[in-house]
Amino acid sequence: MTCIKIDKQLWAQGLAAAEAQYRLFGPVKQGALYQFDALAAGQTPDLDGPNTRTSARAVVYPQSEVLFEYSLDSRDPEAHVLKETPAPAPRAALAVRPCDAYSFVLVRRNFEAPDVKDVYWLRNYAATVFVGLACDRPCSTCFCTSAGCGPYHEEGLDVLLVDEENHYLAKTITDKGAAFLQTAGWRTPADPEAEARIAQRRSAAEARVVSTVPTDRLAQIPQLELYAANFWQDVAFACINCGTCTYLCPTCWCFDIQDETRGNQGIRLRNWDSCMFPLFTLHGSGHNPRGQKVQRVRQRFMHKLKYYVDKYGDGIQCVGCGRCVQYCPVNIDIRRVCELMNGYGQNAACKVA
Amino acid sequence: MGAYTDKIREIAGRLLKDCQVEMVIGFRKGSMPMMNEPCFVTRADAVDQLVWDGSCGINLANYLTGRTEARIGVVAKGCDSRNIVTHIIENKIKREQLTIIGVPCTGMIDKRRLKNLAPGEVLAVEEDGERVVVRGDGFETVHQRREVLQANCAVCHHRNPVIHDELVGDPVSEQTEVDRYADVRAIEGLSAKEKWDYFEALLAPCLRCYACRNACPLCYCPTCFVDEAMPQWVGKSQNPVDVRTFHFLRAYHCAGRCTDCGSCERACPVGINMRLFTKKLEKDAYEMWGWEAGLSLEQRPPLDTYRPEDPEPFIK
Amino acid sequence: MQPNPYLPYPVRIDEITIETEDKNLKTFKFSFLDPADEEKFAYRPGQFAELSIAGKGEIPIGIASSPTEKGFVKFTVNKVGLVTSHLHKMKEGDVMGIRGPLGNWYPWDLLAGKNVVIIGGGFAFTTLRSSIIYMLANRERFGDIHVIYGARTPGMLLYRQELAAWEARDDIHMHITVDATQDPSWKYNVGFVPTITDQKAPAADENTYAIICGPPIMIKFTQPVLDARGYAHDHIVMSLENRMKCGIGMCSHCNVGQYFVCKDGPVFTLAQLNAMPKEY
Repeated sequence: MTCIKIDKQLWAQGLAAAEAQYRLFGPVKQGALYQFDALAAGQTPDLDGPNTRTSARAVVYPQSEVLFEYSLDSRDPEAHVLKETPAPAPRAALAVRPCDAYSFVLVRRNFEAPDVKDVYWLRNYAATVFVGLACDRPCSTCFCTSAGCGPYHEEGLDVLLVDEENHYLAKTITDKGAAFLQTAGWRTPADPEAEARIAQRRSAAEARVVSTVPTDRLAQIPQLELYAANFWQDVAFACINCGTCTYLCPTCWCFDIQDETRGNQGIRLRNWDSCMFPLFTLHGSGHNPRGQKVQRVRQRFMHKLKYYVDKYGDGIQCVGCGRCVQYCPVNIDIRRVCELMNGYGQNAACKVA
Repeated sequence: MGAYTDKIREIAGRLLKDCQVEMVIGFRKGSMPMMNEPCFVTRADAVDQLVWDGSCGINLANYLTGRTEARIGVVAKGCDSRNIVTHIIENKIKREQLTIIGVPCTGMIDKRRLKNLAPGEVLAVEEDGERVVVRGDGFETVHQRREVLQANCAVCHHRNPVIHDELVGDPVSEQTEVDRYADVRAIEGLSAKEKWDYFEALLAPCLRCYACRNACPLCYCPTCFVDEAMPQWVGKSQNPVDVRTFHFLRAYHCAGRCTDCGSCERACPVGINMRLFTKKLEKDAYEMWGWEAGLSLEQRPPLDTYRPEDPEPFIK
Repeated sequence: MQPNPYLPYPVRIDEITIETEDKNLKTFKFSFLDPADEEKFAYRPGQFAELSIAGKGEIPIGIASSPTEKGFVKFTVNKVGLVTSHLHKMKEGDVMGIRGPLGNWYPWDLLAGKNVVIIGGGFAFTTLRSSIIYMLANRERFGDIHVIYGARTPGMLLYRQELAAWEARDDIHMHITVDATQDPSWKYNVGFVPTITDQKAPAADENTYAIICGPPIMIKFTQPVLDARGYAHDHIVMSLENRMKCGIGMCSHCNVGQYFVCKDGPVFTLAQLNAMPKEY
C-alpha cells in the first residue's frame, strides 16, 4: 500500500480534475445541517463538520431510485413492458467516515446474496470509489470500536485520508482508490514515517471513542428467549414509530416498490421503507403480524442485534455511528437496548455513558 | 426545577401506592443532554426514575391515545394539558381515566439552538434557576434561560395546566405581553414568489420519516392519508410535490386543534420548522373565531360547529 | 451481466376463468411473449411469482399450474387490493409481466416414495392444485395421496371440474368438504377442515407427510388435530404468507426472525416454524 501526500492547496484543483471522470459526492453544509450529497460543479466538500446527518448510504442506495420505465401508450409496441434504467457513471464519495464506509460491507451481505443479486445496489456500489476521511474527533455517542469498526477503519474504503493540518495523507487501499488519486493528479509520495504516524493517530482516535456496548453474548442467547424478553414494553413505550432511526441509519436497507404514472409514461421506483411503520407488514386481509408498536420496536433491535448476528455470524448490523442515539426524538438509545439484550439472563448493570 | 421532580415523584408514589392509578406516564432522565425519555411507572418503588426539567418537550398527551387502562396518572405541562382536553373532546381518552399531574411550565430548552450555539459537542446541560450552563470538551457557557427557550415556549400564553387533579407547584405567571404571531406575519408579508422559495427551502431536507406527525397528539388517524393505498392520494418518493402535500395537508388536519406544543419541530431529525404551517392556522382560528384549542371541555372546536352568524358565505 | 431479478417476463393473458360464485376469484392463464422465457421460468409446485402490472405494481401469487403442464402458467387471484382489483378488470389479450419463479417449494425430493396428505382451505388451494397435478403426472413416485379441501360453500370451491375428475379416480383419495350447504345434490362432506381431517386423514407414520395451506384460522385448528393424530412436526409442511415487495430476499418486508418468507419460504415445516417468532 502506498501513501500519497496531498497538499491542501492542491485539494480543490485535484477535485476539479477528478470531476471530469467522476461524479463527486461529499459532506456539504445545507442550512444548519451537514449532509452527504452530490457536489455542484467546482464545489468542494466541507471536511470540518461533524459526521453528516444522513449517512453516505444514499450514494449507493438513494432514498428513491428508478428501477424501470414504462409506457402505457397503446400505440407503443412495447407498451406495458418494463425497461431497465441505465447504470450510473463512475462516482466518488469523498470524506466518507470509516463507520459509514463499513456499513456498505454489512449491507452488501443482503444485496449480494450467494444466489440472487440486487443489480441496482451492486452497480451503484461498483461505480463508486470510497475516499474516507479518518475521524479524529469522535462524538460522545460514537461506539464504532465496539461495533466492528473504528475511526480509522479501512474496510469498505478505497482510500483513507488523514488530516495533518496543511496536507492530507492518502493511504491507498485498493486499485480503484489508486486510480482515483491518479486522476486527481495527486502523486507526491508521503514521507517514509507517514504510515507509522497514521497508526499512532489511529490509536489516539480509538482511545477517544469513550462509549462502548457489549455484544459478546448476543449470539449465544436463544433467539426466541430474547424475542420473549421482559424488557420490550419498557424499551418501546416512548417510541413514536417514526422513521428517524431507520432513515438516518447507514445499515438499514428495507425498501418499498412503487409505480408512478404521469399521463402515459411511468416509472417503477424503490423508496426506503421502515419497519417502524405499521403499513410495512400489513396484509391485504387486514391482518398485521407486527400491528403493535412494541412488536415493531422489537423487530428493529432484534434485526440489528440478533437476527443479523445469527444469519451472518459476523457481528451486529450496526457500525456505531450514533445517529439514531442523537436524533431519536424520544431518546431510545440502542446502546442501552444492546446492553439489555446482551445481558439478558444475567444481572448486567447498564454502563451507557 | 428539582422541586418539581421531587413533587412529581411524591404524587406518583402516592397514586400508585393507594392504587388510585395503574400507571403514571412521565419522563425519565435521558442518555443524552436535553433529551428526556417518555416512560411509564407502575410501581411506587420505581417512581425515582421520574424527572422534570426543561428537556421534557415531547407532548405526553400523545401517549394517552386509545389507552384502555381504567386509571392513568399523567404528567402534564400547559400544552400537554390542552392536548389532553382535545383528546377528551375527540374521544381518544376519557376524563375519568385520568389523574392529571399538572406542571406549571416556564418553557422547554431549545436543544437545537443550544447545540448550534456551542463551540463543540454539548456533553452536559444544567439548569440552575434562570441560568442554563452548557458544558462540552474544553468549554462552558452560560445562557439566560429565557433566551434559549423553544420558539413556541417563548411565545406561550398557557404555561399553566388548564386541567389538572394535582399541581406540582404554584402557578407561574403567564406571558401576556409576548407577540405570538410575529413569525407568521413575517411570512404573510412575503410575496408569492418569496413564499414559494421560503417553503421550498424549508422542506428541502425532509426525509418523510413522519417524526412530526407521529410526535403530534392530534395525528392519531388509524391510517394517515399518506399511507392510504386505495386510493393512494400521495406518492411515496422524495418528489417535492408529495413532500409538500404531506406537510400542508397534515397542517390543515390540525386546524383549530393545534396547541403549538412544538413536539413536531422538536422531533424532526433534520430541524425543519413545520410548526409554521400549523401556527398560521392556529393564528387564523384565533383571529377569526377567537378560538384557542384545548382550553375548555365544554366548548366544541370551531371546525365542528356551525353558527348562523358565520362570516363565510360558502356555508349558507 | 447479472440478470435483473426485478425485471418481469412480459406475458399475455390468454384466458380468464371465474372460479367462485362471488366472482372474487379468477384464474389467469398466461403465455410468455418470448417463448424462450418459459424455459427460464422453470418452477416447482409450491413456488410463487410476482404478477406485475405497469402503473399499478406487483403482487405475489402462488403458481397454480404445474410444471408438467406446458405452454402456459396459471394463477388464481383473489380480488383484494390495488393490483388484484386492476387485474380483475383486465381482459384476455392484455400484456403484463410475471417475475419468478420465487421462493422454495414443497419438499418434493423428501416426499418421493411417501404418502402425502394435502390439506387446503378456501382460495389458498392454488399451489396445492399445482402439487396434485404434479403428483398425478408422476403418480408412480408417490405412495397414497389424500386431499382434504374445504370451502365455505360448494360455489366457493376452486377448480370444481378438476375436483370432480379427481374424485372419479381411484389413485387419489379426495375428501372435499364445505362448511355448510342447502344444496340437496351435494354428495361430499359437510364440516370444517379440521373435523374432516380428524375423520379422514390417514394415521401418522414415518412415511406420511401433511402439506397444509389455508387461512390462519384453518391452520390454527387443523394443527392440533394433526398433533393428536401423531404427526411429527417435521412431517407437517406449511406455506406461509406475509406482506412482500421484492420477492427475492432484499427488501425485508416479509422477514420472520432471520428468515424471509419470500426466499427461505414460503414453505416451512412446523418444526422450523416452532423455532421462529410468530410474526406471520
